[in-house]
Amino acid sequence: MSVANRSSSSPSQLKSAEPVVALHEINRHFQLGEQTVKALDAVSLELLAGDYVSVMGPSGSGKSTLLNILGLLDRPDAGAYLLNGAPTQDLSEEKRARLRQQNIGFVFQSYHLIPRMSARENIELPLILAGTAPKERARMVSEMLERLGLTARASHLPNQLSGGQRQRVAIGRAIIMKPKLLLADEPTGNLDTQSGADVVTLLEELNTQGITLVVVTHDVELGKRARRQLRMVDGRIQSDLRQSDVSD
Amino acid sequence: MRAMDLARFNFQVMVGHRFRTIMLMIALIIGVAAVNLLTGLGEGARLFVLGEFSFLGKNTLIIMPGKKETTGGMPPITGEAPRDLTLEDMRALTRLSAINRTAPLIAGMAELSYQSRLRESFVVGTTHDFFAIRKLSLLQGRALPPGDPTFADAVCVLGQTLKRELFGPEPALGQWVRAGDRRFRVIGILEGKGVAMGLNFDEAMLIPVASAQMLFNQEGLFRVFAEVRSERELTPTRNAILSIIKERHDGEEDITLITQDALLSSFDEILRTLTLAVGGIAGISLAVAGVLIMNVMLISVSQRTAEIGLLKALGASAATVRRLFLSEALLLAIIGSLIGLLISESLLAAGRLLYNQIPLGSPVWVKVAAVGVAIVTALLFAYLPARKAAALAPVEALTHKQGP
Repeated sequence: MSVANRSSSSPSQLKSAEPVVALHEINRHFQLGEQTVKALDAVSLELLAGDYVSVMGPSGSGKSTLLNILGLLDRPDAGAYLLNGAPTQDLSEEKRARLRQQNIGFVFQSYHLIPRMSARENIELPLILAGTAPKERARMVSEMLERLGLTARASHLPNQLSGGQRQRVAIGRAIIMKPKLLLADEPTGNLDTQSGADVVTLLEELNTQGITLVVVTHDVELGKRARRQLRMVDGRIQSDLRQSDVSD
Repeated sequence: MRAMDLARFNFQVMVGHRFRTIMLMIALIIGVAAVNLLTGLGEGARLFVLGEFSFLGKNTLIIMPGKKETTGGMPPITGEAPRDLTLEDMRALTRLSAINRTAPLIAGMAELSYQSRLRESFVVGTTHDFFAIRKLSLLQGRALPPGDPTFADAVCVLGQTLKRELFGPEPALGQWVRAGDRRFRVIGILEGKGVAMGLNFDEAMLIPVASAQMLFNQEGLFRVFAEVRSERELTPTRNAILSIIKERHDGEEDITLITQDALLSSFDEILRTLTLAVGGIAGISLAVAGVLIMNVMLISVSQRTAEIGLLKALGASAATVRRLFLSEALLLAIIGSLIGLLISESLLAAGRLLYNQIPLGSPVWVKVAAVGVAIVTALLFAYLPARKAAALAPVEALTHKQGP
C-alpha cells in the first residue's frame, strides 16, 4: 500500500466521477433555551468515490453534526442531501434506515459493541438485521474475521478484547455490508499509539480498495494523513484543503 | 430480520439481563398460575357439588305437596298443603303410560336401638322402586320387597354408618332393630353413597312406606318421585300429573313439580359465577404483571438507548426496533405463562391425589384464555416502551456514550 502515490494521482482521476455524497446548503439548528445554535450553517460539500476526508475543528464546530447528517442519522432543517445522486432529505425513516444499511458504515470512538455478544456476533449483526441467510452470514463473517486477524478471538466477548481488537471488530461490523461510505468518529480516540496506528492502517487500506472514508478527529496527526482536509468553525467549513494543494 | 434470529437475539437479551427477566417471568407465572389454579379449584368444587346433588336420573320428576305462587327460587321444602299427597295419588299416577315407576318418601327422626346401643336416626319410608330411582346399591342382603305399598312389612335396610354404629363388626342381617314402639328385621345393608341433598343415607334406615306411616302416624307423603320413560315426555307427563292430582284434590292444583335439572341449574349457575369471579380476580394479577412489564421495559429502553441507536445506525428500521421489544415481551409471556400453567397443573394434580373425590381442574378454555390474556397483556403493555424505543432518534441514542 502506498498512500503517497495514490494521493498525488487520485484527485484528478476522481474529479470526473459521480459524487457519492452531495450536500447543498445544509442547515441544522438546535434550540438551547433562548439561543439558537447553528450546528451546520449552509454547508455544501461533495464527496467523490474513493475520497479520504478528515474533518477537524474545535469542539462544537459542527463536526459530529456533519457526520450524523452524512450518516443519515440526523435530518437537516434545510438543504438537500444527495446520496449516490438520489435525494434523501424527504425520505421516510424506514427508507433512510435501508440506505444506511446498504451504503453507510459507522466507526465510533467508544466502539459501541454489544457487550453480551461475541466478536463474531457483533460483526454478524448488520447481516442479521438485513435478513441474510445464516449460511451466507457464517461465510462472510469468517472471511471478515480472517481479514481482521481476529479468527482466534471470534468467540470472545468485547470485554475480553483489547481496545485495538474491539475497534477492529467495530470496523469489521461497519464494512460487512460492503458500504460505499465509511464514517469514523474519533476512531483512535480511545486507543494507545500502536493500536491507533493499526486501526488507521486498516481504515486507509479499506480506502485504497475504493471505500469513501470520512474521519472526524481532534488528532492533527491523523487529520493530516487524509488527502482532503476539512476544517470546521461555527458550523461552517472554513477550509477545504487537498493533499496535493498542501504538499505541492 | 429472520424469526430465528429475532428469537436468538431476545434470548441473549433475556440471559444478559437475568434478574430483570426472572422478575418479569415470576409476575407472569403468578398471574397465569393464579387464574388456572383458582378456576381449577372453583370448577372442582362446582363439579363436586353437582355430583353430590345429581342423585336422581335426568328423567325423574319430584312431586311435593303444596304450591308456592312464585316463579324461580327454591321450591318449598316442607309440605304446606291442606290436602295430603297420598299413596292413592301415587297409584293414580302409575296409570300414566309415560311413567316407568314411582316411589313415595316419608322421612322423620326416630330412636333406634339394638341391644344396649341407642341411636337417634333418620328413618325413610319408601318402596322397592326407590332403590332404582335413587340408584342405591346394596352391600349385603336385598332391598325393600316389591309389592303392595300399603302393606306394612316389618323389615328394614340400614345405611352403612348406622349399621356400624348399631352392630359394630357383628353381622346385622336377620337381626331385629327397634324403632319407637316397633321392631324391624334387617334385610339389607346399603353401600356407602355419601351425603346428598341433606339426606345422608349412610346414617339412615329405610322401611316400607306403610310402616313409616304408622311409625310417624302420618298419612301424607313428603315426596313422590316419578321416573318418566324419556326426557322428551317430561313436559307432557308433567302436565298430565298436574291434571290428575288436580282432579283428585277437588280441582285444586296444590302440588309442586320440579325436575332435578331445574334444581341443579340454579346451583350450577351460582357456582359457575363464583368460579368466574374468582378467576377474574386472579386475572387482575395478570394486569398487574402487565404494568410491571411496562415499567421494567421502559427502564430497559433507557438503559439500552445506546444499543438502540447502534442498531438504527446499522440499518435497523423503527419497525425492526419495535419488533425487537415486542417479541421480547412475547417470548417472556410465552415462557412465563407455560411455566405458570405447569406449576398450577401440578398443584391441581397434587390436590386431586390428596382429595380424590373432588375433580380439581380448570377447563381447557380457561388455560387457553389465561395464556392468551398473559400474551395480550404483555404485548399491550410492551407496546408503549417499544414505540418509545422505535421513536428514538439514532443520533440522540448514540450520544449516550456507553458500552465497551
